Amino acid sequence: MSVDGGTPLVEVDSLKKYFPIRKGLLSREVARVHAVDDVTFSVREGETLGLVGESGCGKSTLGRTIVRLLDPTSGDVKFRGRSIAKLGRRGLRPLRREMQIVFQDPYASLNPRKRVGSIIAAPLQIHGVGDRDERKKQVRALLATVGLSPEHYNRFPHEFSGGQRQRIGVARALALRPKLIVADEPVSALDVSIQSQMLNLLDDLQEEFQLTYIFIAHDLGVVRHVSDRIAVMYLGKLVELSPAEELYERPIMPYTEALLSAVPIPDPDLSDQRERIVLQGDVPSPINPPSGCRFHPRCRYMTDICVQVEPPLVDYGNGHLAACHHPLNVDKETLDRARVSERHTPAAADEHAKPEDPSGASQPVPTPDIQRSSVVRRIVDYSKRPEEQT
Amino acid sequence: MPQPLLEVKDLRVSFRTEDGVVKAVDGVSFTLSPREVLGIVGESGSGKSVTMMSVLRLINDPNMLVSGEVLYKGRDLMKLGKGQMQEVRGDEIAMIFQDPMTSLNPVYRIGDQICEGILTHQDIDKPAARKRAVELLQQVGIPHAGSRVDDFPHQFSGGMRQRAMIAMALANNPDVLIADEPTTALDVTIQAQIIELIDKLKDDFDSAVVLITHDLGVVADIADRIAVMYAGRVVEFGAKRDLFYDPQHPYTWGLLGSIPRLDRPKASRLYSIEGTPPSLISPPQGCKFRPRCPHAFEKCMEEPELVSRVDKRDHLDRCWLDPATKRVTRYNTIEGGRAA
Repeated sequence: MSVDGGTPLVEVDSLKKYFPIRKGLLSREVARVHAVDDVTFSVREGETLGLVGESGCGKSTLGRTIVRLLDPTSGDVKFRGRSIAKLGRRGLRPLRREMQIVFQDPYASLNPRKRVGSIIAAPLQIHGVGDRDERKKQVRALLATVGLSPEHYNRFPHEFSGGQRQRIGVARALALRPKLIVADEPVSALDVSIQSQMLNLLDDLQEEFQLTYIFIAHDLGVVRHVSDRIAVMYLGKLVELSPAEELYERPIMPYTEALLSAVPIPDPDLSDQRERIVLQGDVPSPINPPSGCRFHPRCRYMTDICVQVEPPLVDYGNGHLAACHHPLNVDKETLDRARVSERHTPAAADEHAKPEDPSGASQPVPTPDIQRSSVVRRIVDYSKRPEEQT
Repeated sequence: MPQPLLEVKDLRVSFRTEDGVVKAVDGVSFTLSPREVLGIVGESGSGKSVTMMSVLRLINDPNMLVSGEVLYKGRDLMKLGKGQMQEVRGDEIAMIFQDPMTSLNPVYRIGDQICEGILTHQDIDKPAARKRAVELLQQVGIPHAGSRVDDFPHQFSGGMRQRAMIAMALANNPDVLIADEPTTALDVTIQAQIIELIDKLKDDFDSAVVLITHDLGVVADIADRIAVMYAGRVVEFGAKRDLFYDPQHPYTWGLLGSIPRLDRPKASRLYSIEGTPPSLISPPQGCKFRPRCPHAFEKCMEEPELVSRVDKRDHLDRCWLDPATKRVTRYNTIEGGRAA
């Protein structure tokens, strides 16, 4: 699929979602969780956007805010060019048919007291699709589509394994023939062997129903298989956005590099040879995120500028954006051409972003004396290419 | 080979249920040498957890039937009395459980939960135990261990809880550490941290490790030998390199092929093992993997023994296929849709 083609189905514009923390008798707001903090991107029709990051980076919140299961604090979400951030319940109704979500936990997202048939028929019923018999017919067909047997219609969720339950969740999401499906870690609760079945199923369904996916995961190995483009999030911020294969070959943000190196490789020799970057500690608290670049406390390339100035999202060409003061895998030419992404101009970043001004004037980016990203190159190209100089 | 630390001989565990007898573990044998890391790999329901839980005699179900021997330093754990078993458990053999969210008691402080194990097995007073708990938390990489020791589990993140579980398991410096899917509930980044930690601590504490997982990628780094389990039995057993570079059982190939790989060009389609694991009440006749195996032939109606079929004596498998044929056919599976 071409990276540039296609009209945007979803446009997310400076989206913010904060959760207030209230304390005391009067429930005064004492702090805020910056779950999604000024995120801008778009999803084109028919593509799969992988959304990757660790627990607590805001990826699920972002997914839920996009389908308006949560109300944004500020910013806008457009679906087919129409703003949906401020729509009320009634206004959202017709849109609910177009946007569906598959939840992470196949054990918690199905009502244990309902039969599979009525779980999958629920969206049809709510939207008044067909009569009883018609719905029943559709549900049976859906069961077959996701690889279950139509005889499973009258069973309860507990009679199914994790992988089968996740299929039920997918069938429910498909019932209304949506355009967009937000898949929130659909495979992270499954065994690897079942995981690959699920990924293949999602792939097939995309083709059959011309679906657009936002695929949320914490594992870059998994998203590679399904994604056309990948967005990496860290502590509520979008830190890198790139065409999928490019991200694996040429990660720019050190956080992406670390995520890549955390994916286990089932090959003892390769695994030994590669340099593992094990990120220390956990994701810091989104209540009081670190200053400057939010990744700096865990980053091995960190310098003073990272502590003081938040890096803006810079367009390195080819649809590859990243927010980093010390971009990896970027040659001088690209650096000269690179400019602050027009699609991402948060006021706070602009104020400080003097060195990276939009005119494209080349700016000296401090280069720490570390061999750049040989790690990832070795991961990706070990067998393919001889060692390249960096 | 040195004297094994732990030797499991023909372990069988079954449960009587309303629908019939579930044979969860059906004749599993293996040995564990001092300081060795043994990986046990298989899908949910393959019996890998039940095997290790019954080694520690942690399953207390009146409907359970166990047979076989579990020799720990020559003593059969199955024949020990309750009190004797308690002395072994947590002291000489310790376990890290899968889900750090549910295996810590939410109403007790982390430190108290670690101290409990220390006070049970060691003859020291409370302040000393607490000091030891702080040390342990430091060793597993909890920052500000001195103050975090008084936290409750909900104040810890998932990765930190798993670290606390590891600290608890190591409290009495066990000879054997059993880690039951220690990273399954965690992010890949935290998974990498925990695996590295276990790898380091096994040297610091001089322990042997049994690492249970469903992901062969996880054991690629740290295991010395690997057992692949399917439907309650071991279907392949061998040194890590043999298992990864010369896998003999089609199920092992399937597990290898199912993993999305970053070290290779993107496959157009992931290999997936079709179907679901068999019922353990009425398992299929012959080879238990036969119904899902694309290479099955007539002979598979007979169950193959776990023996060596290659030129390495300690590389065992249960597959009737000719090793020479396998070396040709397996790459289609392992490399997934690469050829397609």
